[in-house]
Amino acid sequence: MRAVNPAARIAYALLGGPILGGLAVTASAAFGYLPALGRTHVSLAPWRRLFAEPGLWPSLRLTASVGFAATLLSLALAFALLARRPGGWLGATLTPLLASPHSAVAIGLAFLIAPSGWIIRLLSPWATGFTAPPDWLTVVGDPQGWALTLGLVVKETPFLLAVGLAALAEVRAEPQTQAARALGYGPARAWWLVVTPQLYARMRWPLYAVLAYSLSVVDMALVLAPSHPAPLSLLALRWLTSPDLAELFPGEAAALLQLALVGAGFAAMRGLEAAASFALDRLARNGRRASMGDGLAPALAMGARAILALGLGSLAALALWAVAWRWPFPRALPQSYSLRLAASEAASLAGPAATTITLAAASAGASLALAVAWLEGEDRLGRRSSSALIFLPLLLPQIAFLFGVEALAAALRWDGGFVAVAWAHGLFVFPYVWLALAGPWRGLDPRYAHAAAALGAGRLKALLRVKLPLLAAPMSLAFAIGVAVSVAQYLSTLFVGGGRVATLTTEALALSSGGDRRLSGVVGLAQALVPLAAYLAAWGVGRRT
Amino acid sequence: MVKNVRLALAERPLFADVSFRVEPGERLAIMGPSGAGKSSLLAYVGGHLLSAFSASGRVILNRRDVTRLPPERRRIGLMFQDDLLFPHFSVGANLAFGLDAAVRGRAARRARVAEALAEAGLAGFESRDPATLSGGQRQRVALMRSLLAAPEALLLDEPFSKLDAEMRADMRRFVFEHTARRGLPVVLVTHDPADAEAAGGRVLTLVGAERP
Repeated sequence: MRAVNPAARIAYALLGGPILGGLAVTASAAFGYLPALGRTHVSLAPWRRLFAEPGLWPSLRLTASVGFAATLLSLALAFALLARRPGGWLGATLTPLLASPHSAVAIGLAFLIAPSGWIIRLLSPWATGFTAPPDWLTVVGDPQGWALTLGLVVKETPFLLAVGLAALAEVRAEPQTQAARALGYGPARAWWLVVTPQLYARMRWPLYAVLAYSLSVVDMALVLAPSHPAPLSLLALRWLTSPDLAELFPGEAAALLQLALVGAGFAAMRGLEAAASFALDRLARNGRRASMGDGLAPALAMGARAILALGLGSLAALALWAVAWRWPFPRALPQSYSLRLAASEAASLAGPAATTITLAAASAGASLALAVAWLEGEDRLGRRSSSALIFLPLLLPQIAFLFGVEALAAALRWDGGFVAVAWAHGLFVFPYVWLALAGPWRGLDPRYAHAAAALGAGRLKALLRVKLPLLAAPMSLAFAIGVAVSVAQYLSTLFVGGGRVATLTTEALALSSGGDRRLSGVVGLAQALVPLAAYLAAWGVGRRT
Repeated sequence: MVKNVRLALAERPLFADVSFRVEPGERLAIMGPSGAGKSSLLAYVGGHLLSAFSASGRVILNRRDVTRLPPERRRIGLMFQDDLLFPHFSVGANLAFGLDAAVRGRAARRARVAEALAEAGLAGFESRDPATLSGGQRQRVALMRSLLAAPEALLLDEPFSKLDAEMRADMRRFVFEHTARRGLPVVLVTHDPADAEAAGGRVLTLVGAERP
């Protein structure tokens, strides 16, 4: 029998168990079968109820168009900016955008683009003539979903850029471009035909994760999506969180439909890939050297810079509203500032903040320990364990299995508990932590460990005294990424916590519909500061080593 | 023909006043110690020099002054020690990518690619992934790709240094035979005196400028 990597087995069990179990509960409840509620008859009633919902088709159309528009636009913007060979400024710009939770960015963006938001204030009254917020604009929650699309692009473009920068380091972009130019190709055509396809091959799975997220988004949708028609995810959420337990069943049917929609989205993406690959082959073989995308690409790169600026502006808007005391329209900046509100909120936020931080530390810490055990196990076995399955949680719509996870936890009398919620966070934290650590770990020169062994150090000593200290910087970065993922969790906290676990993110989203911008600003800012602090600490560790 | 080239990196001169002339079908080997600026001189001729360098001098190709042209408009082919075949294209697509756009029509282009592969002793390799080829095979495909673009001159930057000794002699013969047949002027940068000898005798040795 082949030796196994015990940590990899444990990871599969910890991740796979709840996901498969959760999917099974969702699938059976969608057909009316849920013994916990005494329903043991399989029926199509939930589906009849779902398809009788008047807004279902507009809702599906909205979901699909927002999901695809956001994904493809983010990819195009990321590619265009990478083609401009961005300098070191990009990494520094991306960090706060990557660290901030989706919901905080959504809330800040709403502050920016609303009719009474910062952008219109900056333009009023000198450019727009407005002395009062215009009431003819529905910007946030517009029926076409543009605000939601924009929000997704603001959050996903930085993610794809970060992935793309890592891919760029692996592709020999400059020498290959040089070779293409010596063959007579202009710089833009050389880049698009030679470098971009190689980047795409390395960005493919993250892109599918972006598509799955964009098609099933809940947290950003609560802030930015229209309510009529609402995206499918919100339709499902409304039913699943309804006090009327009978609504669970159409809710689970909607969640299963969401899963099918993401599956169809992946199939459509495969179709687009096949078409693009065919077109690329034609372009490569016809030998034409005419310039390509010379006008479009720089315009898109400008767009990418604007999107990054919008993201940073959203975070700035959060911070500004958090400390604003009086800010009458249309002043460009608040009239007076005060920390009074923040101070008075501090008491009521202390509980959720502590929960947020302990959940983040627990899920990121446990994920880091498991990732270290996994990678060390690989080193000892001398071969890699298959890691494809750990990305499953990122490719499935959360709503399709998290309610089932809650039902399982309830059956085990575990729901609402801290451990269950931390575990649920871990489903999403572990893949990112593992991914952030695996590259640097596998890239570590094995001769360090060999040298330690030659000096008589056992494997444990070599791990603790040589490998881990050498990997301190990537380990702290992986931990910070894990903290950011945990802090951003909404649906897993809501469902598995049974609505009884309050974090900064659940508070921020509960407040976002309330309309008190200063209060939302305080909570949203607090929510963004926790992961930023973790990134800052990781940066400090990186500098010291 | 290259006239009075001077190169400097961050104010530090690499060499001064290098001039040479290579006739069609003729070969020139450039030798010299590491850091003398051999590869930079080649990059200057090809138009690939990084902007960190300051350079002066003229590059004239078949009575055309190409000094100020971007590399893609010079019609000067380039080969490195790495073959730089594009890993996401098949061998056939790599060659078709290189093939001059003046060859029109899919059938005609496919025929030219097949012909080039046959010349390289690799007939029928069109759909192969470049990663499955040996180092020598890849280098031959890379030369064919450069030649299919119909360059008016070819620059070689230590193109044989990654091959083992036996393969190196074969590859040298292969390259020089094909460039001679097409009457291309060739400039070759090398460390290996055997390369220079095989190149047909003319050697330019860069000694580096006087250090101030």
